[in-house]
Amino acid sequence: MSRIIVVTSGKGGVGKTTTSAAIAMGLAKKGYKTAVIDFDVGLRNLDLIMGCERRVIYDLVNVINNEAVLNQALIKDKRCDQLYILPASQTRDKDALTQEGIERILQDLSKDFDYIVCDSPAGIEKGAHLAMYFADDAFVVTNPEVSSVRDSDRMLGLLSSKSKRAENNQEPIKEYLLLTRYSPERVKLGEMLSVEDVQEILSLNLLGVIPESKSVLNASNAGVPVILDEKSDAGQAYADIVDRYLGIDKPHRFIEEEKKGLFSKLFRSK
Amino acid sequence: MLSLLDYFRSSQRGSASIAKERLQILVAHERSAKHKSRPSYLPQLQQELLQVIQKYIKVDLDAISVNFEQDEDQETLEVNIVLPDEHAKTPST
Repeated sequence: MSRIIVVTSGKGGVGKTTTSAAIAMGLAKKGYKTAVIDFDVGLRNLDLIMGCERRVIYDLVNVINNEAVLNQALIKDKRCDQLYILPASQTRDKDALTQEGIERILQDLSKDFDYIVCDSPAGIEKGAHLAMYFADDAFVVTNPEVSSVRDSDRMLGLLSSKSKRAENNQEPIKEYLLLTRYSPERVKLGEMLSVEDVQEILSLNLLGVIPESKSVLNASNAGVPVILDEKSDAGQAYADIVDRYLGIDKPHRFIEEEKKGLFSKLFRSK
Repeated sequence: MLSLLDYFRSSQRGSASIAKERLQILVAHERSAKHKSRPSYLPQLQQELLQVIQKYIKVDLDAISVNFEQDEDQETLEVNIVLPDEHAKTPST
């Protein structure tokens, strides 16, 4: 049996795919056999972030339509042999996804994968609905910004009412907050919602904070999940998140402003 | 120069707290709207109840209110009818 994680947010551009790629790679590097599925049919991008865009032959919709078997569509990662990517279709639309098809794929994957990471599209339509429907855990990716927080709250409502667990009166989906693009400097200046603010509004368990970081764009430029950039702050933050998710106690980092040198102290006397 | 810097800082300070306040109000409102979602039969129920009551008592359209409350473990349907003051009882049929 595998554990199904949905990476969701409602709002677009907050870092769902970056997060999906990073945590899938993180879990796989820990030795867990992990599959990461792109649910954004029509606008696939996980392949690009994972750096396997030229190896896509079959996709999720092909498997649903029985035009390919699962093993033909799964792309084995070249950096980590425990990681497999199931890309979305680029030429179809969201209606090509069916609940039965997704259920069958997840059941098949469950037979020999430890974790299945579902990279949800933005919005609350079919792709997003199916990405979360079968989930056991939800990573709610949120930016410290009003529209993202509101959309996250909306997703929390859907997770607790429109999922399989909710409909069958099972134990609810475990929800975790991932606060991305966080800037401690701006929080200190009162220009940005703080971790505590967002936690208080959403009353959500904090899995980790990803600081605003140049390394994220560098990583996506190169098609390398940012967690592999072990020297970068974002890479380390994602590694911490994977550890915390697996139950390893790691103190939160990247919430406080880093200690400044004398030079920058002079420029920020207050 | 310093005072100018201070001016810019102080004018910016607080936009996060405005955001927090706005979000708290909004989220509370949207959550309560979700929980208090009225079952779709309520308007019709209200209409039919009114017809039954009007057979016996002369009441106005707005004399009746039907409320649906949902807590964590129970749902309450509250029907409130305000009887007219003067002739609370109409001649029996």
